[in-house]
Amino acid sequence: MLRFVRMPQYVLTGALALLFLFPLVWASYASVSPQPGTAQTSGFGFANYETLANYQAGIGQYLLNSTLVSAMTVLFTLGVATFGGYAFAMFRFPGRNALFLVTLAILMVPYATLLIPLYVLLNQLGLQNSLFGLALVLTMFQLPFAVFMMRISFEAIPKDLKESAEVDGCGSFRALTHILMPAVKPGLITVGLFAFLAAWNDFITPLVLISDSEKLPLPLAVANMRQQVMGIVDYGATEAGVVVLALPCIVLFLALQRHYVRGFMSGALKG
Amino acid sequence: MASPLVAQREASAAPLKATKKRSKAIAGWGYATPTAVFVLLFFVVPIIIVARMSVSDWGLFAGDQGWNAPENYQDVLDDRLLWPAVWFTIKYTVVTTVILLALALGLALLVQESTRWTGFLRTSFLIPSALGLASASLLFYALYSPQSSPLDFFGPVSFLGTPGKALWSTVALIVWRFAGFYMLLLLVGLQGISGDVYEAARLDGANRWHTFRYVTLPLLKSSIALCTILCVTGSLLAFDQFYILTKGGPDNSTITIVQLVYNMAFQGQNNLGRAAALSILILIALLVLNALQFRGLRDKES
Repeated sequence: MLRFVRMPQYVLTGALALLFLFPLVWASYASVSPQPGTAQTSGFGFANYETLANYQAGIGQYLLNSTLVSAMTVLFTLGVATFGGYAFAMFRFPGRNALFLVTLAILMVPYATLLIPLYVLLNQLGLQNSLFGLALVLTMFQLPFAVFMMRISFEAIPKDLKESAEVDGCGSFRALTHILMPAVKPGLITVGLFAFLAAWNDFITPLVLISDSEKLPLPLAVANMRQQVMGIVDYGATEAGVVVLALPCIVLFLALQRHYVRGFMSGALKG
Repeated sequence: MASPLVAQREASAAPLKATKKRSKAIAGWGYATPTAVFVLLFFVVPIIIVARMSVSDWGLFAGDQGWNAPENYQDVLDDRLLWPAVWFTIKYTVVTTVILLALALGLALLVQESTRWTGFLRTSFLIPSALGLASASLLFYALYSPQSSPLDFFGPVSFLGTPGKALWSTVALIVWRFAGFYMLLLLVGLQGISGDVYEAARLDGANRWHTFRYVTLPLLKSSIALCTILCVTGSLLAFDQFYILTKGGPDNSTITIVQLVYNMAFQGQNNLGRAAALSILILIALLVLNALQFRGLRDKES
């Protein structure tokens, strides 16, 4: 009976959920369905993906660029934030609070304000047009969240565990790698996931810092692809590009949904 | 036998403690060094450079041509696109924030119980937030195109053809992409409200609307404030969605401030000094706005 009464609610909320899922379902469907003006004009198939694969340097190159940038950003972010969080949580040293506040202040400054001077600075460091330079900048943008997250993760470790690490007499580095790292694993996963999503999806940073078309990450390559021959846009290839861009993010999100949600919760509670 | 040893240990305890403290401080600095290097090199130094650029004649290709203050700031304020861009950005921010937060609050209330069904709903609302803003914009670019749009069953529709349509179509994209994200933040706030409060309201005979108006909303204030600050800041700095979806068109009607910075620096004008001046102005405006929002928040709480 109760179920019966609740029926309209299920229908309404279900329709709402479908509304949110619709664009994604449509893009996947449209990327393989026949459409005039695309590579796939009759029958279902993967011709749009072939167009994508053969665009300029080839999708393989752009995927590789995006993967390299994301991997480096995740690696640098995890490294810097683990040491940083450990330092802020477990040690007292002069300048500790000032450094922590300046790190958080990165959040207050718009990307655009930093990208103009970073464009000049990276040129001077010989890192213009380099995926390595791009990853360094993306890491800096990740630091406020990452360092904050790792700091509260280390602070949340039970006291017994910290003391046992000290009593064991191993140095602080061995204590970190052997005893404390396993305890902050959830924090590491959250930070890594966020760094990956940010690096994989960032648009304006590579737009400003990378000018060599061979070195573009995937979002920029797909966006540029729209200005193809004679101003006619191949929407089929764009849809295929969106699917390739979105798929790893959605898979990762579904696999690590719990961590994603928890990451926001711990951030939000303090905010 | 043991007593001299104990005495010796006690005598050296004080300096030992001091040494230990100092060595801990050194170790702390050691671990903090990578953070400090990153923050210094890629954040503090660029801020100094951008301040310097904003008072210099600094071309994209020519580089630094020396001091010219306050010419860059004068040029920015005289730019014919500046005030339309400021006005458009503010309009976009207000529209986006109001719609997005109202919808997110509704969604959060809808899924606050945890059952299997609401779990499915939460995931459906959240999935768009896994996409990058650029990917979402490209998706809607295809969705809105006259050629490939599945939304043309009412006949041919133009989604980006007029300034008004371009604005609302972009707002629809942003609402789709971010509603789940803000729902999640508000859900955290909702779950922080204890059941006792609702129980008390029920005993006092409050109906659903009264409970929402006088219990839920006030207790949710800090979560709503956080969402507002995030949403306002994010919308004021909008770039990707307009760069991909409208390119600032039609007739420059959807140029945002950050797009103007990008155009000054890298398209047409190629003037890094002027772009630096505008981005300094944006930074100052944003700092003032955030200070005001935080103050407003604190006043309300006390």
